[in-house]
Amino acid sequence: MNFHSDPGQRLSKNQIAKIATKFIKSNSLINLGIGIPSLCAKFINDPTVILHAENGVYGFNKFANKKNINADIMDAGGNFLEINKNMVFFDSVESFNLIRGGHIDTTILGAFQVSKNGDIANWMIPKRGIGSIGGAMDLCENAKEIIVTMEHTTKNNEPKITNKCTFPLTAINCVNKIITDVGIFELNNKLLLLKECAPGWDPIAIQKITDVKIEYDKKLIFMDIDDV
Amino acid sequence: MRNEKIYKSFNQAVMDIKSNSSVMIGGFGGSGGQPTRLMLALSKRNIKGLTIIGNVAGISETTGYGWPKDIKPIDQGVFFKKGIANKIICSFPVPASQNPKSPIEKFWLENKDSVEVIPQGTLIEKIRCAGAGIPAFYTSTGVGTIIEKGKEIKIFDKKKYLLEHALGADVALIRAKVADENGNLQFFGTSRAFSPAMATAAKITIVEVDEIVKVGKIDSNNIHTLGVHINRIVKRRKNDIYP
Repeated sequence: MNFHSDPGQRLSKNQIAKIATKFIKSNSLINLGIGIPSLCAKFINDPTVILHAENGVYGFNKFANKKNINADIMDAGGNFLEINKNMVFFDSVESFNLIRGGHIDTTILGAFQVSKNGDIANWMIPKRGIGSIGGAMDLCENAKEIIVTMEHTTKNNEPKITNKCTFPLTAINCVNKIITDVGIFELNNKLLLLKECAPGWDPIAIQKITDVKIEYDKKLIFMDIDDV
Repeated sequence: MRNEKIYKSFNQAVMDIKSNSSVMIGGFGGSGGQPTRLMLALSKRNIKGLTIIGNVAGISETTGYGWPKDIKPIDQGVFFKKGIANKIICSFPVPASQNPKSPIEKFWLENKDSVEVIPQGTLIEKIRCAGAGIPAFYTSTGVGTIIEKGKEIKIFDKKKYLLEHALGADVALIRAKVADENGNLQFFGTSRAFSPAMATAAKITIVEVDEIVKVGKIDSNNIHTLGVHINRIVKRRKNDIYP
């Protein structure tokens, strides 16, 4: 998605996912949401990272070959998984003990809107009037770190990082990082800190498509086209 | 004594489920772990007013979620298409895409009170509590959202929590890999999901299995769900087309 006023290309979904994986720490337990976050799995090369899916499995690393699927080996997004010896299976009580108990280190998920104080809205479009919460409220409320991956603006070029979410909330005051198709942001004390700009982008161009005032310092990184 | 739990057919196993009953559907959503044959048998009954309780409820038919590509999916929408249910309590009633509309979304458009959406972790804990004799519990999930509306709030260690109540049912339909004649169960892979908790939370639990074995064939140390929770067992035919 590009607009004529864009100074650079918007990053692709795969590029956003790849960038998100660099924030995943060794030996951490990770839950990936549907959409862009699910693409992160293929960029994780660290064998100590453990992927959790709320339907009752951790330790998976690959989707199953289409010719060799088992309906009983699935992730929460409905993708069939390849069996490996590190996998552990459990029921939903245990799965949400892991989530509610704060044992998930990082969750990466998509959003319709994120506000400057870290509120996230990702489960219902108001004019539809019905939506699916799934595990998103539990994950956002209880994971140690919340990373949102999303496009910076809607299809109609409306900002998705806003002063206040107008869509129904998933959780409040919880988002730590936002990775969009134009940059990497941190939320800290109601401040939106721009950490890195996508190739071709600068703080002025990013501010133009963002509702919230952007802060940045001299450590701001301009990504190189060869690095994304 | 033992064989009293074993039913010859799916139709027979669901024959006495009455109108206006609450019925839990086990598994997660998708084909693995779904009691598809029990659901189809129940959907043929001439009853009405069921309340269905499930997790990912009605998205497979329109999206193929959790189903192999070559099989036409069955999901909890089947009860709404047949007109025997009038309410669903679940965490995931509709797919992200609005078109084509799923049977549950169509039903909801006619009756906005017909769908109750609950966060997945709260839903499973409500069910667990019903089976564990705990009437209510506190969770921070949903604080600051529409889930908070009308709920008692309590502060523990400076953090807000919502009071959520246990949720039981008249009947649970679940799916397992193997049952022994006493009803002890083993599941396979990610097909466990909501089924073990639902088995403890319903007045009658009916399990659909691939295999029934003699007592002792399942190692006593490796039983996932206790036979005391299981009232009826029905074995699938070999080579059933549904996963």
